Amino acid sequence: MIDTMNTASTTQPIASDWRDFVALMKPRVISLVVFTGLCGLLAAPGQLHPVLAFTAVLCIAMAAGGAAALNMWWEADLDAAMRRTAGRPLPQGRLQRKDARDFGIALCGASVGIMGLAIHWLAAVILAFSIFYYAVIYTIWLKPRTPQNIVIGGGAGAFPPLIGWVAVTGEVTLMPLLLFAIIFVWTPPHFWALALFMRSDYAKVGIPMMPVAAGEAATRRQVLAYAIILLVASLAPWFLGGTGAIYGLCALVLSGAFLLLCIPVAFRRTQQADPMRPEKRLFAFSIVYLFALFAALVVDRLVLGQGMVA
Amino acid sequence: MTPQEEERFKRARKSRNLVLGLVLLGFAMLFYAITIVRVGE
Repeated sequence: MIDTMNTASTTQPIASDWRDFVALMKPRVISLVVFTGLCGLLAAPGQLHPVLAFTAVLCIAMAAGGAAALNMWWEADLDAAMRRTAGRPLPQGRLQRKDARDFGIALCGASVGIMGLAIHWLAAVILAFSIFYYAVIYTIWLKPRTPQNIVIGGGAGAFPPLIGWVAVTGEVTLMPLLLFAIIFVWTPPHFWALALFMRSDYAKVGIPMMPVAAGEAATRRQVLAYAIILLVASLAPWFLGGTGAIYGLCALVLSGAFLLLCIPVAFRRTQQADPMRPEKRLFAFSIVYLFALFAALVVDRLVLGQGMVA
Repeated sequence: MTPQEEERFKRARKSRNLVLGLVLLGFAMLFYAITIVRVGE
């Protein structure tokens, strides 16, 4: 395969490295997706052969990577204008755009096909829908149109534990839907914390992120509102008998800490050149929060054998 | 293309093809393992 430069003025080949294709898949996002997918799989009642469990998680990771590549293909121009994303392979001209698109389509197609043939067709259908949700509904349709983009787009990141669960049980029940709800509600405060200190980037490219479209004060209030809903959502699996006390207590402590970190963010007024420490602290903790909460879910299941409410 | 650029291009293509080969080998092994597991069920 001979790659050529994006720019029309030259046909000079691009020395695209395999690492550029890895970067297209947003490896850091994949790590969270793989983790939550694996946790959904381990917390589900039932057994899956280790080879099949590995395959299911691999399919979730491939789908997430493929959808991320399609996202970067579609948003290459926007990425070039934003400080946070300007170093990605496409804005840097290290890859040709159509290669990114083809790579994304191949990964997504392969992930759904393998999931269906090797694991379960219901899991494959949900996986296919999650790709469509992220690449089309979120990236192409909602992100450039509504400040609620992150709220609705959060659904895309909420699918992995649901898919992991369905890969084991073969059915959609209450517990995996609650896991979906937790990530769905977690996403807005997580992302808005980032958007608050990256606000100028989004304003520059005309993406209607909440701090740009509705203003900082409204965003800060909504961060707090979602943190309260997250507290309830994260405790729901325990209240409804789907998990034991290990998960319940961890959820209480973690969501309580999350809420406490949201309070200074919610009631702050910033000046120009504000270091945005509370927002950065909240963003960093939100990632640890999700890892810890899902780890607690698995530990609870392994230790107490809970998770039978399905 | 200068000789240095050509050298860099060839090096990148070689490493890309090597990784692609390893990925394909990995998939072949995975499909074999899946088949064994499925047949054994």
